[in-house]
Amino acid sequence: MSLKIVVLAKQVPDTRNVGKDAMTEEGTVNRAALPAIFNPEDLNALEMALRIKDTVGDAEICVLTMGPSRAAEIIRDSLYRGADCGYVISDRKVAGSDTLATSYTISQGVKKLGKVDLVLAGRQAIDGDTAQVGPQVAEKLNIPQITYAEEVLSVDKDKICIKRRLERGVEVVESKYPCLVTVHGSAAECRFPIAKRVMKYKNALSEAEAAEAGKDCAKVWAERPYLKIGQWSAADINAEDSRLGLSGSPTKVKKIENVVLAAKESVNVENTDEGLDALVKELISSHIIG
Amino acid sequence: MNNIFVYCEITEERTVADVSLELLSKARKLAEELKCQLEAIVISDKVEGLEETLYPYGVDIINYAQDSRLFPYQTLPHFSIVTRLLKEKDAQICLFGATSIGRDLAPRVASFLRCGLTADCTSLEIGSHQDKKENKTYENLLYQIRPAFGGNIIATIINPETRPQMATVREGVMKKEIYDASHKGCVNMLDIEKYVSDSDFCIKVISREIEAQKINIKNSQIVVVGGYGMASGKDGFGLIHELAKVLGGEVGATRAAVDAGLAEHERQVGQTGVTIRPKLCISCGVSGAVQHRAGMDQSSKIISINTDPKAPINAIADYTIIGDAFEIIPKLIKHYKANTK
Repeated sequence: MSLKIVVLAKQVPDTRNVGKDAMTEEGTVNRAALPAIFNPEDLNALEMALRIKDTVGDAEICVLTMGPSRAAEIIRDSLYRGADCGYVISDRKVAGSDTLATSYTISQGVKKLGKVDLVLAGRQAIDGDTAQVGPQVAEKLNIPQITYAEEVLSVDKDKICIKRRLERGVEVVESKYPCLVTVHGSAAECRFPIAKRVMKYKNALSEAEAAEAGKDCAKVWAERPYLKIGQWSAADINAEDSRLGLSGSPTKVKKIENVVLAAKESVNVENTDEGLDALVKELISSHIIG
Repeated sequence: MNNIFVYCEITEERTVADVSLELLSKARKLAEELKCQLEAIVISDKVEGLEETLYPYGVDIINYAQDSRLFPYQTLPHFSIVTRLLKEKDAQICLFGATSIGRDLAPRVASFLRCGLTADCTSLEIGSHQDKKENKTYENLLYQIRPAFGGNIIATIINPETRPQMATVREGVMKKEIYDASHKGCVNMLDIEKYVSDSDFCIKVISREIEAQKINIKNSQIVVVGGYGMASGKDGFGLIHELAKVLGGEVGATRAAVDAGLAEHERQVGQTGVTIRPKLCISCGVSGAVQHRAGMDQSSKIISINTDPKAPINAIADYTIIGDAFEIIPKLIKHYKANTK
């Protein structure tokens, strides 16, 4: 019996490297200038999946993501690094999803893959840092969750033993399949793309990518099906429209305030009651203290 | 009914975690504003005596779930208890610490109840909302305020339709404040059989190594650092501690201050101590040696209080106040209290 592993991944704007050009003149974020990258902890999750496959031998790794058509980039990257297949859930209906709508969509995608033993995902994505989607997908699939995994201590056909990294220590737990594991950034880093696999998969495209590039891939895909990156719409994963995107998101953004990042310039605060009062008021209004 | 709930984390020593007490302090204020009651959820193997801790924070009802299998924390049994209880009681708001436990539990609960959850809020307020499209007005919503997108924006999130409105908050963000030392509430002992099933214990905990809670200034959003300049006062770091407490922050120290015995070694900030990146660092009587600056110059905002206008710390400070920290700190506390009451 082959072990079926799904890795949940996300393409994110690289908020860690906010350079000078990534800020507009008003001091706000220029999203267009930020490169899109493979969410770092999702790469840790992919590595954990690859190591599990190395250990048990007989396993299949499928990477699942949700996003615009360019998100297929991280599927290709996963194929280069050792994943067996990948799917992009792409549909206008999922735009504006909060974590609840996202986890619903992803869980429908996982269900589409049939019987799955292990779902691995990064603990959190750097563009939101919420760490909510992993546990929420586990709930939607009605399977147990093991969060903050740092290392797989043992794995076989029936169960997995995992070391978890907690705030003040470590915990070792064991679970049968199926279960969902979220992977902490302290886990092993992902291996690099393998040259042979890059050669094999560099022309892999999703339908949307092929259409955007004006390529007719029908013949290639018929001959070499591994070059077709799976692409699913909301209908493909049997999703209810009312639970997708904005309409499926209970959280609404009421207000956005830009934090203006001015150049470091020291303000001399008068050592008087008025000066100190103004300082305290400024800190409270900018949410620094409160 | 429609009360505010706080999930209380239990430490290895079977005390209520600080982050939960901080949440209770905030939730008490929200409850006053909403004219509802404050309920605590405590799930552990031993719960005796926790009333004495919880009541002074303004808790009206403590929901206890006690069973030897309920400590240490495990997702599924705690999830089953919390979801059933929140549903049964038609909770209006439920708050969790943004800790290893809270960030594991809250999303699963929100997913089951199909309600909104905002992670890592830095501020919680009550307010109204007008939906112009639907021409609907919502009163008494929980404003969940958090930084987003790498801290470059501050977003206010609301959940107009779903209940409970859920949020997590990191340790040290809210202030821990006794509401009324003589406040008394009541206990609601849950019948465990009705809330958890054996299948909830399907994950086996093989081993655990958890350190006791100790001084940890790294995770604090506000750090008040005292330097050797504070050695001239008669109670040493007393004022530093007072300011940190009022602001809900931690106390840090320079090496010179630690060497002079003014603070514990765990509080040392700098190259040979810890590196801090809080939202706000207030440096009092700190000259700003390069080794010290290396451990704090990534703070989002730095305030320097120093008698010496030429102190190197002033060069990296966002705000400098020239003067005697022993006079300025009490004034800051006074103005802070006046502006936040």
